[in-house]
Amino acid sequence: MIIAERKPLEEIAAMAAPYKKICVLGCNTCVGVCMAGGEKEAAETASLLRIHRNKENQEGEVDVFSLERQCEFEFIDEVLERLKSYDLIISLACGVGVQTMVEHVPSLRVVPGLNTTSMGYPTEQGVWSERCLGCGDCVLHLTMGVCPITRCAKTLLNGPCGGSAEGLCEVGEDIPCAWQLIHDRLSSFSRLNDLNEIQPPKDWSTSHHGGPRTTVREDVRIDRGE
Amino acid sequence: MIAGSNLEKIVNSGNFVVTGELGPPKSSDITQLKHHAEEMKDHVDAYNITDNQTAIVRTSSIACGSTLVQMGLEPIIQITVRDRNRICIQADVLGAHALGIKNILCLSGDHQSFGNEPGSKGVYDIDSMQLLKGLQEMRDENRFMGGDEVEAPISYYLGAVSNPFADPFEYRVDRLEKKINAGASFIQTQCIFDLDRFEKWMELVRERGLHKKAAIMGGVTPIKSLGAARYMKNNVSGITIPDALIDRLKGAEKKKEEGLKICIETIKRLQEIEGVAGVHIMAIAWEEIVPEIVERSGLYPRPQV
Repeated sequence: MIIAERKPLEEIAAMAAPYKKICVLGCNTCVGVCMAGGEKEAAETASLLRIHRNKENQEGEVDVFSLERQCEFEFIDEVLERLKSYDLIISLACGVGVQTMVEHVPSLRVVPGLNTTSMGYPTEQGVWSERCLGCGDCVLHLTMGVCPITRCAKTLLNGPCGGSAEGLCEVGEDIPCAWQLIHDRLSSFSRLNDLNEIQPPKDWSTSHHGGPRTTVREDVRIDRGE
Repeated sequence: MIAGSNLEKIVNSGNFVVTGELGPPKSSDITQLKHHAEEMKDHVDAYNITDNQTAIVRTSSIACGSTLVQMGLEPIIQITVRDRNRICIQADVLGAHALGIKNILCLSGDHQSFGNEPGSKGVYDIDSMQLLKGLQEMRDENRFMGGDEVEAPISYYLGAVSNPFADPFEYRVDRLEKKINAGASFIQTQCIFDLDRFEKWMELVRERGLHKKAAIMGGVTPIKSLGAARYMKNNVSGITIPDALIDRLKGAEKKKEEGLKICIETIKRLQEIEGVAGVHIMAIAWEEIVPEIVERSGLYPRPQV
């Protein structure tokens, strides 16, 4: 899922300061599950913002509600008139949600209330770890299901660098060395020889380095106008 | 002979090789670097010029390397994959060749979070293995990484680094072999403080005959003080310092002399280990000591080949 965390309240309050009719808009899918921008977090954020604005003697009102997903037109359309009644929408969706809203309804003023961090999963209660960078050319079959593009700080493709020590990455003591994990898994499947093959330079054009990506599925498109 | 560098000639002659290390400054005033180069010129066969070491912005290794060439000295320029993509690296390699640089050492580089621009975007377009293989193919097959032809022949002596002290230990020799297969003719190791582990690693190297395929040079660093030893132990990525060595320094009356003794003992032991082709002396912030280390290790005068 997409992982995010709320921006500091001061930053949200500063974005909201010039506006009077404000809505904190939650999103109940990914960021709801990772407890950053769902219904509960939206209500909390709205309360905190109201307290802050009262203290600062800022006029206006802060409303709050949530959509099932801000990244799909049909959910936005259901509440379109209500959304248009606000001067500012503080979206607690990921960056995709914010952009879906402004592209679909250009008259809306939408600002992000979250920082979108990664695609990952909860490794334990309250801890979400990144597992995919969306590079567009999956290599997990070569690396026993451990992604070196995401989990190695240097995106190495040919084994651990000299900074791998006792299973940890040189970058931080809480980061496991991805190549140690790959090595251990290859070893447990008696496939360490796989590492001897020199993997060629990656074609990054399928990742963001090739420019913004669009995925087209002709088989599921709806023909228009014929 | 591949590139005809002094380093390559000494390796081929079978003499025990000695290289030094020069770190460019955080300014464009390279007077001091030139001074250190002059100071050790009769004592080393070539000089590594680091490439923004520990991810700190410094004068570029190729610029300093070019200066050394003009002084009649021989640089080994380091190239990391941290700061440049394959377009820039290949362009820089062409430029380095045009400037008369004949030795290139390929590395991943310390992660940018360690340096003075921790918010910078790490490039890592290719890894150190792909860098070696790419540069080997540029040289031997006249082909850029993308497949285009290199329009005039280019040559350089290619090296790589190896860290026998990193984990997983049993993989380190596999990785060395992979680097040799990717094009490394010489190998410089991370600083050796744990000689037992290094010897264990060399045993594995010899078992596979890798010492015959590439010149393995052991890395050493003279420790100036107890503080420096502790700092390296705790803060420098990829370095391990055994507690016994820290205790030995602690117990010594003259720390500097003891650090020097440890370094010289290490070099002498390296000369005894079958398959070790030379030593790489990294006297960081203590460059002036290199001639004394080389002399006391019995490696002076340097062979003329």
